[in-house]
Amino acid sequence: MTLLALMGRWALTYVAEMGRMLIFMVASFAWLARPPLRGRQIIKQLHFIGYKSTFVVVLTAAFTGMVLALQGYYTLRKFGSEGLLGSAVAISMIRELGPVLAALMVTARAGSAITAEIGIMRITEQIDALDTMAINPLQYLITPKLVAGLIGVPLLVAIFDVVGIYGGHLVGVELLGVNAGSYWNSIESAVEWKDVYGGILKSVSFGLIVSWVCCYKGFYTKMSAEGLGTATTEAVVLSSVLILIWDYFLTSLFM
Amino acid sequence: MLKLVGVTKMLGGQPVLRGIDLDVPEGKLTTIIGRSGEGKSVLLKHMIGLLQPDSGEVWVDGVEISRLRGHALNEVRKRFAMLFQGAALFDSLTVFENVAFPLRERLRMKGPEVTSRVDEKLEQVGLAGMGHKFPAELSGGMRKRAGLARALVMQPEIILFDEPTTGLDPLMAKSIHDLITSMQRKFGFTAVMVSHEIPEIFGISDYIAMLKRGKIAVMAEPAEFQRTSDPEIREFISVGGTMPLTKVVSAG
Repeated sequence: MTLLALMGRWALTYVAEMGRMLIFMVASFAWLARPPLRGRQIIKQLHFIGYKSTFVVVLTAAFTGMVLALQGYYTLRKFGSEGLLGSAVAISMIRELGPVLAALMVTARAGSAITAEIGIMRITEQIDALDTMAINPLQYLITPKLVAGLIGVPLLVAIFDVVGIYGGHLVGVELLGVNAGSYWNSIESAVEWKDVYGGILKSVSFGLIVSWVCCYKGFYTKMSAEGLGTATTEAVVLSSVLILIWDYFLTSLFM
Repeated sequence: MLKLVGVTKMLGGQPVLRGIDLDVPEGKLTTIIGRSGEGKSVLLKHMIGLLQPDSGEVWVDGVEISRLRGHALNEVRKRFAMLFQGAALFDSLTVFENVAFPLRERLRMKGPEVTSRVDEKLEQVGLAGMGHKFPAELSGGMRKRAGLARALVMQPEIILFDEPTTGLDPLMAKSIHDLITSMQRKFGFTAVMVSHEIPEIFGISDYIAMLKRGKIAVMAEPAEFQRTSDPEIREFISVGGTMPLTKVVSAG
């Protein structure tokens, strides 16, 4: 087989996989329009994806803000611009680091667990059992997770941004002696509403990417322990890569 | 009621079913036997539309279901229940919640009506007072009983049993068999069971069907089945030991 044929086969396989993934997402969202809404399932998933990820998100946010302030302070001091530290921290957080890092933490903590949970349900025939009971597995299992991802990740990003800015304040103002008024004033003057909107849009799309990819990989896992391990790894890697690629496209769109 | 005509299926490039013709008698217990890997579970999954045949037809009361999808297929499935090999209980729910699941999720039933129906079924399968336990806390036999309670709670017309005694000791296997036969007689549903339990199945089944090389080689009442002249089938059923020639009638 020629190299060209191999590349063609590889490309076709991936295009077909992307098509399947897209159909999976559209079909799952289509179930939102049909009763029952399964609000309890959505709340349960919000608790799992959102609330239970709070600790790790807060921890990551605090140290990200602190290290940003540390790095930023010594760079800005060379130009006598320590007063701009607040804006440097806040803009980095709101535009980029908040949405990206929070989504990556959710992928690592909740996304992998979602893939494993759905994959085990597939292997132990629990998904088939739903089918035999005339309950659509997409509506019962997948749609609530997609909705929870869409709502939960933006909320976590908001927490990430706030904690990160306070982390920067802790190091910049409390430890390195930057004037508190300068820190907060620079944030107020530099951060625009479009930064906030952009961050929200990013976080919503990242929430969708995490829940969509992780649900898909679990739902179509191979029927073995090894297959489930592979599916979980693929889910985390693919979600993370898609988040970073999509982040670039959105950023270039807003610039 | 349930009929398969010329059903073929390839899995992983290999032919598994090569033209299944099977007419399942209504209100009776039909057991499908065959060597491991012959496609017995695959055949069962075709009956409830979990798998679609490459060719052939699956009829449920005059409705051809093999090309149905979505809502239309679900309407047919409402007449079915299935007990899976590993019981397929939802491990995040208690036994009570598992049995209540189809009542709550499909019928949107709530409150005391759910409780009374679930408690009744748990009692019938010998799991009274065990509703608070999670599937992981149950033995293999108890899990199968809970699965049976979940299958029975919707009062289906057809129940499919996929190797309901796999992994159980002989006594527990016998108690599960007794439970299935007593429930089948009590409620009169059509039962299709895949099993390896020879010779026990000759004592509990109304009909036996042998799957051989992707086709139903023989289907007959137990006594007639055991008189088959096919040497391969005779060898298959004789390794199980003594064979009761007539169906054992146990109390419902």
